[in-house]
Order: sequence, then structure tokens, then C-alpha cells
Amino acid sequence: MSSAFLLRFKQPSVLPGFGITLGYTLLYLGLIVLLPLGALVAKASSIGLTGILFAAADPRVSAALWTSFGVSLIAAGVASLFGLLVAWVLTRYDFPGRKIVDAMVDLPFALPTAVAGIALAALYAPNGWVGAFLEPLGIRVAYTPLGIFVALVFIGLPFAVRTVQPLIAEIERELEEASATLGASRWRTVRSVLLPPLLPGLLTGFALAFARAVGEYGSVIFIAGNLPYVSEIAPLLIVIKLSEYDYTGATVIATIMLAISFATLLLINLIQAWSRRRFGYV
Amino acid sequence: MSDLSATLPLSPPSQLSVVTEKRLIRQLAITVALAFLLLFLVLPLIVVFVEAFKRGLAGYFAAFQEEDALSAIGLTLTVAAIAVPLNLVFGLTASWAIAKFEFKGKSLLITLIDLPFSVSPVVSGLIYLLLFGAQGLWGKWLMAQGIQIAFALPGIVLATIFVTFPFVARQLIPLMQEQGTAEEEAALTLGASGWRTFFTVTLPNIKWGLLYGVLLCNARAMGEFGAVSVVSGHIRGLTNTIPLHVEILYNEYNFVAAFAVASLLACLALITLALKSFLEWRHGADLAGGTVN
Repeated sequence: MSSAFLLRFKQPSVLPGFGITLGYTLLYLGLIVLLPLGALVAKASSIGLTGILFAAADPRVSAALWTSFGVSLIAAGVASLFGLLVAWVLTRYDFPGRKIVDAMVDLPFALPTAVAGIALAALYAPNGWVGAFLEPLGIRVAYTPLGIFVALVFIGLPFAVRTVQPLIAEIERELEEASATLGASRWRTVRSVLLPPLLPGLLTGFALAFARAVGEYGSVIFIAGNLPYVSEIAPLLIVIKLSEYDYTGATVIATIMLAISFATLLLINLIQAWSRRRFGYV
Repeated sequence: MSDLSATLPLSPPSQLSVVTEKRLIRQLAITVALAFLLLFLVLPLIVVFVEAFKRGLAGYFAAFQEEDALSAIGLTLTVAAIAVPLNLVFGLTASWAIAKFEFKGKSLLITLIDLPFSVSPVVSGLIYLLLFGAQGLWGKWLMAQGIQIAFALPGIVLATIFVTFPFVARQLIPLMQEQGTAEEEAALTLGASGWRTFFTVTLPNIKWGLLYGVLLCNARAMGEFGAVSVVSGHIRGLTNTIPLHVEILYNEYNFVAAFAVASLLACLALITLALKSFLEWRHGADLAGGTVN
């Protein structure tokens, strides 16, 4: 590498170790992440766009994709609404045990998905603690799409809470006081002064919860019942295709899922860029 | 929990009343939020332990007498013992290069490091099968050499490294960026070597953030299910980690044993949460506010 090139690439610094640390970072990233993902891209392009669309048109595949994306959208929405409420209560109100409740919100991050899956299945089974209450009302959660919804709300909740919580903490008291002094009712203040700046956080939390929910596997398969065309999610169909040594079929579903989750990521970045312009922070 | 909050006085000093809601609304909001968290977070946690002890202590410990359970625990510890240190070293080198130097393409590099978080666990397993599986890119060649990667320990380790890849790095990068390079420059000017600077200046500054990242990385490494499930091949007593063993027991309707083994992972989650909260409370300023996973 000539020094002229280095100068254009990197600003001079007296600290040592740039070459070796960047080199190792790129090597490790390449071997662990880029090479395997590249294998997926290579496999997908060998199938071709028409091949992918043809395979996605298969009724069982499209049913699984619709189930995954549809239930994930609803679950992320519900997780965002309750996440806003939980974040608001945790930041603005004081009550005994608040710190413990705050720590508990991260449980879905820390609890292995398989454990969450069997626990939710046991709770919402017709003879489970919650399921037994719902059964007389004619509501069946376990082994129906509703079970998928419950698992995905569980998984998405911390994303929703943790993205709005810092924004609620940042609300300036002076704004509220000004609004109250100008004669606005409390509800009006909440609606037109406090909530609008939370919108980008809410949208980001929603997108993160959605992206996570679409790919979720462990917590869903135990409670879903996994009935083809009804409660079968796309990640499970990948596993089924793999167990039949149908690598092509698995790759098609994985490619569609990856494309949509990258689109979601792009959307998150756009929301944050918009929020920086509109509100001056993320 | 909701009863408790309703009976305790909540009214703030009167001068605050203009910037908060009516007492009734506050209590209603707290009750709804706590009821929701009870239903979705607390009950699933409790049910694990209740089901695990359904046949008493003897029934609980019987689950750990089995050889398959012990080998699953051994495999999980082995996998974490390889994957976590590798991602720790990567996290340190990546954050040194990214946070201490200015170069082109940095934000692209950070995006690429975050990539594994947006890939479904099942897809994370699939991509390694496409490389190393029997019908994968290098499958035939590896088979001819007698090297087993898929459906064996190396595959499980690789998939685990992939899903836990960003944890340490994304914790350290913002922290080290905030700390800047002035202290390191001072140490170097005073004649310290690069390594000495790293160990006596940089490392003490980032130790809590590093511990935080390693903690989350380890929890995920030990608990990963989807990615490992795809590459493991579910060979009992050989390639089953603790989460996979839980699945097998559950599918055999051996619920007590399944929940007993699952309770180990639930305890790991609780310890992780407790340590995480402790670090945030005691060393919050040294973590650079890395709250969102």
C-alpha cells in the first residue's frame, strides 16, 4: 500500500495497530458473515428471479409467508402500543417495584426462545393457567394463529419499550408547563405536545419488533400447532425443506425473508434520518 | 402486583400536578401496564419453575441424571467457551480500528457488523449448510477429506458465532468513540508501547462496557435455538445443546424433564438480567447508555 493511497483512505494518527486490527476485522467479518451470506446470494441467483417467484407461488409457501408477515405486523403493532404504555408508566410514574419491573422488560432478550416457547405453550394450552380461562369464552390461543401472535408480542415488547423510553425521559418539563399555562387541558397537552416527538421512536420500535418477529422461530413453533396453510410460519417451512434436503426450496423462502427484513432496515434508517431533520434527534 | 400499587399513596407534591395526569388515570395506566407485563413476562417465567417441580425435587433432579442431559450441558458450555472469546477478540479489534481511527467506509463496516442481528436464526443456520452441508458448496470435498462441519461441533460453533457476532463490538464502538484518543496519545507520547497503552489506558476505560457485551453475548450463545437446530442434526448425546435437548424432551411429552432442563436456562436469563441491571445501575456512565439491544 503506498502512503499516498493510505492518506486518502485514512486520516493520519499516532496510535498504532490500525492495519492489523482493521485487517483482522475484515477477515473475521468476511469468513463468518459475508462468505456464508454470499453462499445464499449465489444459490438464490442460480435459481433466478423467475424460479424464486415460481416457488413462492406454491400455495403452502405463500400461505406460510402471509402468516409470518401478517401476524408479525399485528403483533408488532400491539407490542408498540403496550410498549408505549409500559415505557410511559416506567418513566413518568412512581410505584413500588418499578426498578424490578424495568429490568424484567428485557426478559425476552435474555430468555432463550425455546424456553419462552414451551412456557407460553403451557400457559395458553386449553388446560393451562391462562388457556383455562379463555376456553369457556370460546377463545383458543395455543395451536392456532393466535398462539403465534402471543409469542411474537412477547418477543417484540422489549424493542418497543426500549426505543421510546429514552425519548419519554427526554421530554422537557418546560414544554408541558407552557402548554398548561396557555390553557390546554392535560389530555390536549399529552396529545399535541408530548406524543408527537415520540412518533419516530414508536415507528423504529415497531420496525425492529416486526423484523425480529418475521424471523422468529423458537418461541413460536411450540405454541403454533404448525398446521400447514393455517399456523405454519415461514422459518419453520425452511426447517422442513432442509430436513427433506430441499436446499433450493429453503433458499427461496430465506431469500424472500432476507429481502423483506433488509427493506425494513432501510425503512428504519429513513425514519431516523427523517426524525433527525424533523426533531433534531433519533 | 396491581393491588399493591393501588393501595399505596401516589400523589406527587402539589406543584407537580400540572405536568402529570389525574390520579385515577395514573393508577389505571399502571394497573393495565402491570397486568400486561404479568400476563406476558412474569407468568411464562413462573410456569417454567412450577412445571419443573411438578413431581417434587426428586422428579426435578431426575432430569439431570440422564446422560443425554449431561452431554447437552457439556456441549453448550463447550460451544460458549469457544464462541464467546472469539467474538470478544473480534469486538476489541473491530472497535479499536473503528473508534480510534478515521477512515473511509466506516459506516458501511458498522452496518455489516450489525447484519447478523437482522437475519432470522433459521437463515443463520441455513447459510452454513449451503457451504458445508452434504449438498452444499464444499460438502463433497469436505466429505472426501473426512472433515465433518455440518451436523457436528464446528457447525454449531460457527452458527453460534454468527448469531452472537455483533454483541461485543456494538457495545464497545460507541463507548470508545465517545472516549476519543487523547488518553492513548498521551500514553504514547510518554513512551508507552502500543500494548502497554492498550492494557493500562484503554482496557480500564472500557472494562464495564466489555463485560456488559460479553454477558449478553454469552446469554445468547448458550440459549440459541433456531440457528443451532438447523446445523446440529439433532444427534442425541452428540450434537444436542441444552435448548435442543429441551425441545426433544418436550416433543416426547416428558414435560417435567423438559421444564427442569429449561429452568437452567431460565436461571441463566435471570442471572444475566440481574448482572445487566447491576452494571447499568452501578456503572451506567461507563456503558455509554447501550440500552437497546
